Amino acid sequence: MIGVEHYVIVSAILFVLGVLGIFLNRKNIIVILMAIELILLSVNLNLVAFSAFLGDLVGQVFAMFVLTVAAGEAAIGLAILVIYFRGRGTIAVDDANRMKG
Amino acid sequence: MSYSTSLYLTGPEIALSLSGLVLLLVTAWTGEKAARAITIAAVAALFGALFFNVSLFDQGAAGIAFGGLFLADGFAVFAKSLVYIATIACLIVAPRYFDARGQYRGEYPVLMLFNAVGMGMMVSATDLMTLYIGLEMSSLSSYVLASFARTNEKSSEAGLKYFVLGGLASGIILYGVSLVYGFSGTTNYEGIRAAFALDFSTGAMFGVVFVLAGLAFKIAAVPFHMWTPDVYEGAPTPVTAFFASAPKVAAVAMLVRMATGPFGGQIEAWQQIVIFAALASIVVGALGAIGQSNLKRLLAYSSINNVGFTLIGLAAATPEGMSGVLVYLSIYVFMTIGSFTALLMLRDKDGNALTSFDDISGLSTTSPALAWCLLSLMFSLAGIPPLFGFWGKFVVFQAAVQADMIALAAIGIAASVIGAFYYIKFVKVMFFDDPKGSGPAAAPISHWIVLGVSVLIISPLGYLLTPWLGDVADMAARALFIAV
Repeated sequence: MIGVEHYVIVSAILFVLGVLGIFLNRKNIIVILMAIELILLSVNLNLVAFSAFLGDLVGQVFAMFVLTVAAGEAAIGLAILVIYFRGRGTIAVDDANRMKG
Repeated sequence: MSYSTSLYLTGPEIALSLSGLVLLLVTAWTGEKAARAITIAAVAALFGALFFNVSLFDQGAAGIAFGGLFLADGFAVFAKSLVYIATIACLIVAPRYFDARGQYRGEYPVLMLFNAVGMGMMVSATDLMTLYIGLEMSSLSSYVLASFARTNEKSSEAGLKYFVLGGLASGIILYGVSLVYGFSGTTNYEGIRAAFALDFSTGAMFGVVFVLAGLAFKIAAVPFHMWTPDVYEGAPTPVTAFFASAPKVAAVAMLVRMATGPFGGQIEAWQQIVIFAALASIVVGALGAIGQSNLKRLLAYSSINNVGFTLIGLAAATPEGMSGVLVYLSIYVFMTIGSFTALLMLRDKDGNALTSFDDISGLSTTSPALAWCLLSLMFSLAGIPPLFGFWGKFVVFQAAVQADMIALAAIGIAASVIGAFYYIKFVKVMFFDDPKGSGPAAAPISHWIVLGVSVLIISPLGYLLTPWLGDVADMAARALFIAV
């Protein structure tokens, strides 16, 4: 029998993968955007699982909000990435070092 | 609770979002020509929202809107007023700053308006969903604002870094929110408090810690501060002034409301975290600033340092502590706006920004008025008595002492002495070093007005405000404890 705890564990694994994707990734900023999406999806999984388990619709409504905002966030992230690429000609993580100190 | 009451209580937000939408259309229609007119319209809209907001305070009643999703109580009104004032100041200084670089566009005031709506929702939220929408509304427009000077490499990099770390912070908050929802069965603050009073499990504890960690990111408290210097340095200076003032007030206010509301029954669960973050922010903010030569980076560390002092008030977890947080934030907003405005007035005849200590050496001979303004701002930030900044520090330390946290107050005071080092270095370079260049060019009158008002408020004359400010902050803080 699959209970709510299985969903929560999967979601925790996805969340950790997302966070590691941001910090261990040394190559490409697009991968960081994907990692942020992964974090938001793990949250959605959590919300929907709890919502079904509690028999409470609020969690599912919340998940729709998160999906919508995630779409806007991705659009803004890619737009900033485009202007960054125009100025710099690279999207490698290690090259984002104009400011240090 | 009728629908019209709900609309009335959310009046400032509705007015700001409608004017934001209309101005966005106007911007799209007219291009860059009308940018200045749009700025004036946005300032007018913010003033309107500010007065409407203040009128809600006089009625004194805690106004619950939309079935408990939104609360317009004294606390929210106080925080929102600060947020609107800071936003207005950052709008007034912006056109002349960007004009010198040919970068001003009508999107700037529009984004500021949407940001103000989001921050208003953050401080008024009494439901995790409202909180999330407000937070994202404010964050998403902040990312764009950070990269507003889009041909500038530093600005686009600042936008990118802010986006990545801000996105991570939102993700962490949201993960905590999902756990809090799962273990309490509701997203409503009162419901969460009631559920946690019955059963506070390990999972719920994880949720609370995640939410606090994400919020620490947003207010740039140590150990989640590493994005601050880079973003503050790279973003255009009016935007930096904005980041250091309005969103910080909104995020601290939101943190205060969460800590006293839904998590108010679990003070022992968050108090240790807040104490650690407060002390670490004060120490790291003070030590990190010492080696900096870039003035914007230095003020970034100074803002980390100041967040630590506000968190001391929160750590006390008493109404006096929360009132202290509000008083501190009010004074901090004017100090921050003033010091960043002074920084953006520092530019040479060719329009290049003067950004390092070398550039401002001997400022007292090349531009005495600016040097004296910066002197009072720096002494106020350091908390040296005749200036108003001292009062802010005094009230938070007093609250900590009253709550029997003598050690916390003592370490905080000791660390603020370290912080005084670099504020005084600032003054020493301006007044006792020889001028190296020709000094800054004449600044526009709009910048002088914002700087003048800020300096006037943080000057010893500010003490005339203390009885009034103290009363209003006390009332606002009490609203926080009545509501729960």
